Amino acid sequence: MSDSNQSTTQGAGRLFAYAPAPESRAIVDLAPSYGLFVDGEFTEAADGRVFTSVSPSSEEVLAEVARAGEADVDRAVAAARRAFGPWSALPGAERGKYLFRIARILQERSRELAVLESLDNGKPIRETRDVDLPLVAAHFFYYAGWADKLGYAVPGHPDPKPLGVAGQVIPWNFPLLMLAWKVAPALAAGNTVVLKPAETTPLSALFFADVCRQAGLPRGVVNILPGYGDAGAALVAHDGVDKVAFTGSTEVGKAIARSVAGTRKKVTLELGGKAANIVFDDAPVDQAVEGIVNGIFFNQGHVCCAGSRLLVQESVRDELLDALKRRMATLRVGDPLDKNTDVGAINSAEQLARITELAQAGEAEGAERWSPACELPSSGYWFAPTLFTGVTQAHRIAREEIFGPVLSVLTFRTPEEAVAKANNTPYGLSAGIWSEKGSRILAVAGRLRAGVVWANTFNKFDPTSPFGGYKESGHGREGGRHGLEAYLDV
Amino acid sequence: MSEKKAGAARGAETVKAGAKPKTESGARPTAGSDAKPTAEPQARAGAGAGAGNAPVARPEPVAAGTRLGVLKTYKLYIGGKFPRSESGRVYEVADSSTGNGGGTWLANAPLASRKDARDAVVAARKAVGGWSGATAYNRGQVLYRVAEMLEGRREQFAREVAEAEGLATRAAGAVVDRAVDRWVWYAGWTDKIAQVVGGANPVAGPFFNLSTPEPTGVVAVLAPQDSSLLGLVSVLAPVIATGNTAVVVAAERAPLPALSLGEVLATSDVPGGVVNVLSGRTAELGAPLAAHQDVNAIDLTGASPEMAAELEAAAADNLKRVRRPGPEDWTADPGTSRLTAWLETKTVWHPQGV
Repeated sequence: MSDSNQSTTQGAGRLFAYAPAPESRAIVDLAPSYGLFVDGEFTEAADGRVFTSVSPSSEEVLAEVARAGEADVDRAVAAARRAFGPWSALPGAERGKYLFRIARILQERSRELAVLESLDNGKPIRETRDVDLPLVAAHFFYYAGWADKLGYAVPGHPDPKPLGVAGQVIPWNFPLLMLAWKVAPALAAGNTVVLKPAETTPLSALFFADVCRQAGLPRGVVNILPGYGDAGAALVAHDGVDKVAFTGSTEVGKAIARSVAGTRKKVTLELGGKAANIVFDDAPVDQAVEGIVNGIFFNQGHVCCAGSRLLVQESVRDELLDALKRRMATLRVGDPLDKNTDVGAINSAEQLARITELAQAGEAEGAERWSPACELPSSGYWFAPTLFTGVTQAHRIAREEIFGPVLSVLTFRTPEEAVAKANNTPYGLSAGIWSEKGSRILAVAGRLRAGVVWANTFNKFDPTSPFGGYKESGHGREGGRHGLEAYLDV
Repeated sequence: MSEKKAGAARGAETVKAGAKPKTESGARPTAGSDAKPTAEPQARAGAGAGAGNAPVARPEPVAAGTRLGVLKTYKLYIGGKFPRSESGRVYEVADSSTGNGGGTWLANAPLASRKDARDAVVAARKAVGGWSGATAYNRGQVLYRVAEMLEGRREQFAREVAEAEGLATRAAGAVVDRAVDRWVWYAGWTDKIAQVVGGANPVAGPFFNLSTPEPTGVVAVLAPQDSSLLGLVSVLAPVIATGNTAVVVAAERAPLPALSLGEVLATSDVPGGVVNVLSGRTAELGAPLAAHQDVNAIDLTGASPEMAAELEAAAADNLKRVRRPGPEDWTADPGTSRLTAWLETKTVWHPQGV
């Protein structure tokens, strides 16, 4: 709230110097190599292939991991099929107790898994500790309670049945949380699961396999197949799969939608986004700035629902941007295991290249680029928090999902213009509204074509709250009663 | 456009090569009618019935003292208007009897083109704002008004259904009654579905959190081939009950009840463009609708399994919501699945605090 003409943005980050406060990684006992988890056992891939998972903040190899191929998909689907009969025949209350056990063990091992996730993904420990892991356990706890109440889940269906074997493919941005979103409702409904984690973040899913063993989960109910896109494609296309759930890019989502056409498979797709974060002139500036920062820099911007397009009302543009730049200058980018870190490492060299390319396109197309002074570590994959002003709706950085810490700023004059610009995208996953006027919030929220609307907040998640997109952001919802319905034959 | 019309008029296509001329005795015959033919379709100007290679009926003179019936030109229903196909094409629609080389000629229905389908999508898109923005109570009253109008035309629809589906008069009347009742069922759903499938979510934090169902937008509907009115109403009513707008492709061989339903909708306070009815080849119209980038969803009920697989793959291009064909019992309790198929769930968060 200081004088907005003052040029303090460059130095503000150094007003407070923190001593490093690294979380110990000793709590994680990493083995040199990991297998596939099929039918309750860790096994090698049929063709013996392996790949490595590296820490994106240091490029250090964390472990060698078996790489699933088509034969392994066959094997895992067969195991899930065998397990399906007895698992779905269990009384719901008993199935639920397995899920409660899993939730409790996840809570017990929460710190270990938080450190592991931070190591493998590059996201800050503060986030895995305070967001990812609590939500992971909460999802299992929430869906555990549904297992013996399925008759109340879908109106008009007093005795719904599970679908069978669920083939699930998850991304690298929230590895364990996406696993929880997929596995918890699937198991609660009585399905069995074959899950493929992303190739850059396979480790937490394999630790989860160990959690399943500790919980005494019957073999074959959960199968984990680390691997690449080929394994995911084979899983999705497999005849023995009754349900497909995918979180990832819209491009791959469309390919999946094509591959399941004409089959019996039920599909949910949670895909990309290009969310508008709309700031009206009556919004409380400091709160809005926190929301904008959380919206785009949370998880390095590797968030499908990230508020990547800031739509600010023209009359408050300068004031807001000054405050935003001051705030951005205080973001601490660096060691993910440091408890002070706000922005961690970009997940992979490939993703870094994509972000870099799009940011260059932003400059080339005439938008003005700005980043705070920011020292980036010399090894690993890093990208400074970045702001583009002078962005038009035609610019690639306003249309394409960047999936990185890059914010495109556009302006508007009237609520109608804000809504029109917000909806001017093939995506429709999320949106933000900042205003002190309740009637305006409700009117604008009603007109935004997006599955999740955060008003005077952003990037909030909860197991009870349905999440998913309109238009090309996907089909179906995850979370809540709606998320359960996606795993029932109704 | 005039070129197409000119060309199409010469080559009017036929569904039933051997279609017999329609009998007429002041009113259309009902199934089992023994009315003697007293008129023939050539008497109809402008419908193109006698054009090209279409089967030609021999005119018979009108008996003295008998009134010559007025036939209806069946037209498409697009944007609240009743245009012919922009292509100028028609196809012959016959009744379901199969004796003597095919059914009896009933009418020349518009053979809608891909352009007609695109026009219908434009009209449907234009209507989304008003219809989805109407209150659920208002939509319920409008749907109930459709039931009222349909009830008033019960005899006409019973006759058309009897001809289309080969039912006896009484059975056809029962089908119309069910269709009327289905409009009433869905009229009642408009202001209840949100409470049944939406609601407050008890999130673990100081937030107001509410999930609400919203219409997905423009829905293309391939109406069932086996049930020209009840099946049609069963797939159409839930689309508009939930605030979507529809482009409906009528049953290919039995489109007349659907085209007549357009007239009912036009007099039922349903805003123009909310429902658009096309007649023609399901395959020809399904393809552009499935691939259309401004269509949000597609109901494949009236598609064969092979056609459905193809259209579902095409629909993936903009990730349309797809309802696959399956076994249907149009007399069973419809449930809510045809409502929820065309609904998105929007979840709104807001912090709580003083």
